Amino acid sequence: MMSKTWQKPLLAVLLLLAIVFPMIAANDYYIYVMSLAYIMAIAAVGLNLILGYTGQLNLAHAGFMAIGAYTVGILTVDYGVPYWFAFVVAGALSAIIGFFAGLLSLRLKGHFFSIFTLCVGFMIYLIIEKSDALTHGTVGIIDIPAPTGIGPIRFDNTWSQYYLVLFFLVVSLWLMSRIVHSLLGRAFIAIRNGEDLAETLGINLMRTKVLAFVLSTFYAGMAGALYAGFVRFIGPAMALESHTFDMIAFILVGGIGTLFGPLLGAILLTWLTQSLQFLQDFRMIVFGPLLILLVMFFPQGLIGYWRERQARRAAASMQDRRLQRSVVGSQQEVGTNA
Amino acid sequence: MNIFFQQVLNGLTLGSVYALVALGLTLVYGILHIPNFAHGALYMVGAYMAFYLVGSLGANYWVAMAGAALIVALLAVLSDRLIFHRLRNAPPLHDMIAAIGLLLFLEAGIQAIWGAEFHRLAPPYPQIVRLFDLVAPAQRLIIIAAAFGLMFVLHLFLTRTLTGSTIIAMAQNREGASLVGIDATKVSVLTFAISGALAAVAATLFAPINLIYPSMGHLVIMKAFVIIILGGMGSIPGAIVGGLVIGFAESFGAFYVSTNYKDIIAFALLVLILSFRPQGLFPSGARA
Repeated sequence: MMSKTWQKPLLAVLLLLAIVFPMIAANDYYIYVMSLAYIMAIAAVGLNLILGYTGQLNLAHAGFMAIGAYTVGILTVDYGVPYWFAFVVAGALSAIIGFFAGLLSLRLKGHFFSIFTLCVGFMIYLIIEKSDALTHGTVGIIDIPAPTGIGPIRFDNTWSQYYLVLFFLVVSLWLMSRIVHSLLGRAFIAIRNGEDLAETLGINLMRTKVLAFVLSTFYAGMAGALYAGFVRFIGPAMALESHTFDMIAFILVGGIGTLFGPLLGAILLTWLTQSLQFLQDFRMIVFGPLLILLVMFFPQGLIGYWRERQARRAAASMQDRRLQRSVVGSQQEVGTNA
Repeated sequence: MNIFFQQVLNGLTLGSVYALVALGLTLVYGILHIPNFAHGALYMVGAYMAFYLVGSLGANYWVAMAGAALIVALLAVLSDRLIFHRLRNAPPLHDMIAAIGLLLFLEAGIQAIWGAEFHRLAPPYPQIVRLFDLVAPAQRLIIIAAAFGLMFVLHLFLTRTLTGSTIIAMAQNREGASLVGIDATKVSVLTFAISGALAAVAATLFAPINLIYPSMGHLVIMKAFVIIILGGMGSIPGAIVGGLVIGFAESFGAFYVSTNYKDIIAFALLVLILSFRPQGLFPSGARA
C-alpha cells in the first residue's frame, strides 16, 4: 500500500503539474489532446467503479457517455437550453437510464451480464442512429455551443476549457476516492471478490450492484456532457462498443480497481496514439494484442504492479525484522541456557 | 401469398446463417465456458478470405468456401492455443477482455489490408428459381440448403461418431470426461476448429447477397449471442431453433413493422425475455 506520509505531497505535485501543463505545452493542440484524455479518464474512472471495484464487465459504458453527450447536444442546439442546465440534465438522464438498464441487466451474472450490456450498448447506438428527428441520425449534431461562462470566467478558448475539464477530473477523482474508501466501497469490493460471500455478510447484492452501475453511468453521462461542450460535434459512432473497449484498455494499462489507474492509462494511451499518428485508424493492431498480453502477463496494470511491489517490500522488511528478532531471541535463549 | 413466401424465404436465409454462427459460438461456450467475443471477427475474416480467394486468385466459389473454412479454423485453433488455453485458470473477466483484444486486432488487421470500404463477392449463382408463381433467388436457396445440410452433418458427427461424442461429453461434464480418458486438449482444438469453420462457411454463404466490410461481424455476433442466450448457452438444438426464431422475427418485423428498426428486434426480444426469465428460455442446455 502507498504509505500515507508521502501520498499527499505526491498528489499535490501531480496536481501542480496538471495546472502548469498548459504553460509549458508547446502549442494549443497538446492542451486539446490532454483535455480529451482527461474527459476519457472521467468516463474510465466511472467504468472502473463497476468493472474494477465491483467486478462486472459493463460493455454499454460508451452508450451512456453518448446519452450524456446527446442530451447536451440536443438540448443546447435544438432547444436553446443553456449549457450548464443541459449539463445537469445529461448527468441525471444517464443515471436514470442507467438505473433501469442496471435493474434489468444486473439480474444476470458474469458472462450473461457482459453479453447483455453489449446488446444494450448496441441498442443505444441503433436508436441514436435511427431516430433522425431527435438525434439528427447519422449526420450527428454539429455546432454545439461551448460551455457558457460562470461569472467572470469564460470558456471560449482551449486554455480555459482545459482548466474546466481538469476541475471536473479532480472532483470526479475526489468523489470516487470517497466512494471506494467508504463502507459502500467495501461492499462493492466484497461483491467483486465473491458474490456468495458478500451476500452472507449481509450485503444486498442487487441494490449494491445497481448503485455501482448508476454511479458509473452518471460518470459516463458527465464525461459525455463535457465531451459535447469541448469537441462541439458528436455522432452516433461514439456509442459504439469500440469506445468501451478503449476505456477498458485505459483501465487495464493503468491498473484495474485502482483509483488513478484509469487516469494514468487514459493519458498514456492517448499520447501513445497521438505520437503514432499513422496508427490512428489502426491503433487496434497495437491495442488488441496489448490487451491480450496485459491480461495474460500483467493483469494488475502499472499502478497495481507498483502497489504489489510496495506490499512485497513491506512484507519482506517485516519478515526481516521478525527474523532479526527471532535470531536475537534465540541467541538470548542460547545465552540463558549456557 | 407471394409476399408472405418472400418473408418466409428471407427468414429462413437469415435464420440459417445466424444458426451456423450461433452453433460455433455455443459449441465453444459449452466446452470452455467463455463467451468468445472474437467469434464475429472470425466470421468477418471468413468473408474476406472467400472474397480474396474468389476475387484475387480466381478460385471456384465452393473451393473458396473450403479454403476460407480451413484458414479460419486454423485461426480459431491458434487463438485457443495461444490465448484462451493459457487463460483457463484466470478469472472469467480476463478471458472476455482477451477475446475483445483478439476481435480488435483481427478487425484492424483486415482493415489495414483491405481498407474500410465495402466489398462485394460476385454472386456465383445469379439465377432466379421459379416454381409455380413463387420466385426465389438461387443463392438464398443454396444458403438454406447448405446451412441445413451442414447442421445435419454436424449433428451426425456429434451424435454418431466417437470423436463427436467426446465433445458432447466434455460439454456435459469436464471432470467426468477427463476421468474416462478424454483428451481435453484434443477436444478443445477440435471444437475451436469446428466453430471457426462454421463461421467461415456462414460468412461465405451470406457474402454474395451481402456486403463485406471490417465491422460486418458486430451485428451478427451480437445476434448470435442473443440466440444462444435464448436457446440456452451450450445447447445445440437451442442454437438452431434460436437462429430461426431471430431470422423470422427480423424478416417479418422488417416487413410488417419497420425496416429501419429491424436490427433492434433481436435485442428487444432479448431484453423482453430476460426481463421475465433471467436464466434464458432453456436454462438446462448441454451444460451439466
